Amino acid sequence: MTDALVEVQSLVVHHGQLKAIDDVSFRLAHGEVLAIIGANGAGKSTLLGTLAGLHHPTSGSIRLDGDDISRLSPHRRVALGVSLVPEGRRLFGSMTLQENLQVGAYHARKGPFTIDRVYELFDWMPARRRQRVWQLSGGEQQAVAIGRALVANPKLLLLDELSLGLAPIIVERIYALIPEIVALGVSIVVVEQDVTQGMAVADRVHCLLEGKTSLTGVPSDFTPAQVERAYFGAELSSSSTSAQEQP
Amino acid sequence: MIWLNVVVQGVLIGGFYALFACGLSLMFGVLRVINLAHGDMAVVAGYVAVFLVPHFHLPEVWSFLVVVPIFAVLGYILQRTLIQKSIDRDPFTTLLVTFGLSVVIENLLLEIYSANGQSVNIGSLISQSWHPASIIYVSYVSLVVLGVAVLVLFLLQVFLSKTGTGRLIRAVADDREAAQLSGANYRHIFGIAAALAFATVALAGIAYGTMTQFAPTSGGVNLLFAFEAVVIGGIGSLWGTLVGGIALGIAQQFGAHFNPQYQILAGNLLFLLVLAVKPQGFFGRRTSLA
Repeated sequence: MTDALVEVQSLVVHHGQLKAIDDVSFRLAHGEVLAIIGANGAGKSTLLGTLAGLHHPTSGSIRLDGDDISRLSPHRRVALGVSLVPEGRRLFGSMTLQENLQVGAYHARKGPFTIDRVYELFDWMPARRRQRVWQLSGGEQQAVAIGRALVANPKLLLLDELSLGLAPIIVERIYALIPEIVALGVSIVVVEQDVTQGMAVADRVHCLLEGKTSLTGVPSDFTPAQVERAYFGAELSSSSTSAQEQP
Repeated sequence: MIWLNVVVQGVLIGGFYALFACGLSLMFGVLRVINLAHGDMAVVAGYVAVFLVPHFHLPEVWSFLVVVPIFAVLGYILQRTLIQKSIDRDPFTTLLVTFGLSVVIENLLLEIYSANGQSVNIGSLISQSWHPASIIYVSYVSLVVLGVAVLVLFLLQVFLSKTGTGRLIRAVADDREAAQLSGANYRHIFGIAAALAFATVALAGIAYGTMTQFAPTSGGVNLLFAFEAVVIGGIGSLWGTLVGGIALGIAQQFGAHFNPQYQILAGNLLFLLVLAVKPQGFFGRRTSLA
């Protein structure tokens, strides 16, 4: 399988003394959606941040289309096609909606996404493009954050905790966009605490437990009990026998 | 009429304070660096204008054509080397480093050019003024400096709001990490912001030299006024800096009207009053996203 877009090999990342990511490996094919799930502090956001260049690995490698990018700074990775929508949205608070998108588009690669294309994707945006982003609701801000990453025309889009602080209906609407984005040739890694949401949207799922891979594969292959064990490191319910029946 | 003159003189000197302060505001707003050598940089620009530019057979009045570009380049280089290195350590280091730079600059200037006062020679313009009413004198030099300040602030404002690079500067000021994730090389952006700040401070230094005399240690007191103008106007707002500079200028002229000794005191009292009543300044930036 040499046509993988992303190839992460034996990645180890430290936060000071703490080993946040411990020997994690995975591949992501072109046009694939990978969900990284796990409990609080399992290392999901660190993994995503390492892919985007915010953290540098202690060892291991990250390859994008075969080239090692694990030492590059975030802005160099954007130029190569890796964009992160950070947790908490992190919009530019002094700017209007349109200016936020313009910042994202300034160093954009060539590709299908333009500011106008984003305006088509989110049809409420054009009417409000001159508003400061702090006047927008949480869900709208999240949409702007996604738009800001999309206009850079990433090959690999990293989405960190999209659902954080948003109403379920809004989250559903945002996740409904993912197939549309994938259809344009973008591969996606989502990090979610909301397991159901993450597994519903993903082609493959990767569960982290205290920085280590505890489960990886196609979502439909796993029983809820298996996921539970991988997620918490222990079974909470009494239906443990059903998990043991699985090979 | 006396009071009108106090206000007029305050506005005129306020223009200079704003010109001096906008670079400081930019450095703090974007880089989060309080450049304690800001005032000394202005003085260096004055010395370059007086001692080096005449070698190019250029009248001292036009020295800014040479000095401003040199300072912009100097600002970029200094940022990418010394200041960035100290930012990478921690914010406190930037204070120490720029303070050290200030001490080194003052002593070098003393060593090379002595403590004698210098001024930028602008010919007969220095003594001319517009005399619209019996006791109101508007010095042409001060009027030009005010005009330059307004023009510089206007151009900076347009650059920051209308150009792609300007937007990146604001993006980095808002959220450095998010700007990086949008493809901005923040070190380069810092360099550009520092280049702009140094270009404006060079202009301010030459303006100071045309209005009055400067000496190697003139930087400190002007840095204080610039700092006060920025805080009164509100950090991060360029037009606020102009309003802050003018408010400071009027307060100083008001104090000086009663007793020349009260000039600086009145300015400082206004500064303290603003800090106590409206610490974000007149045009302080709204808090960004929660």
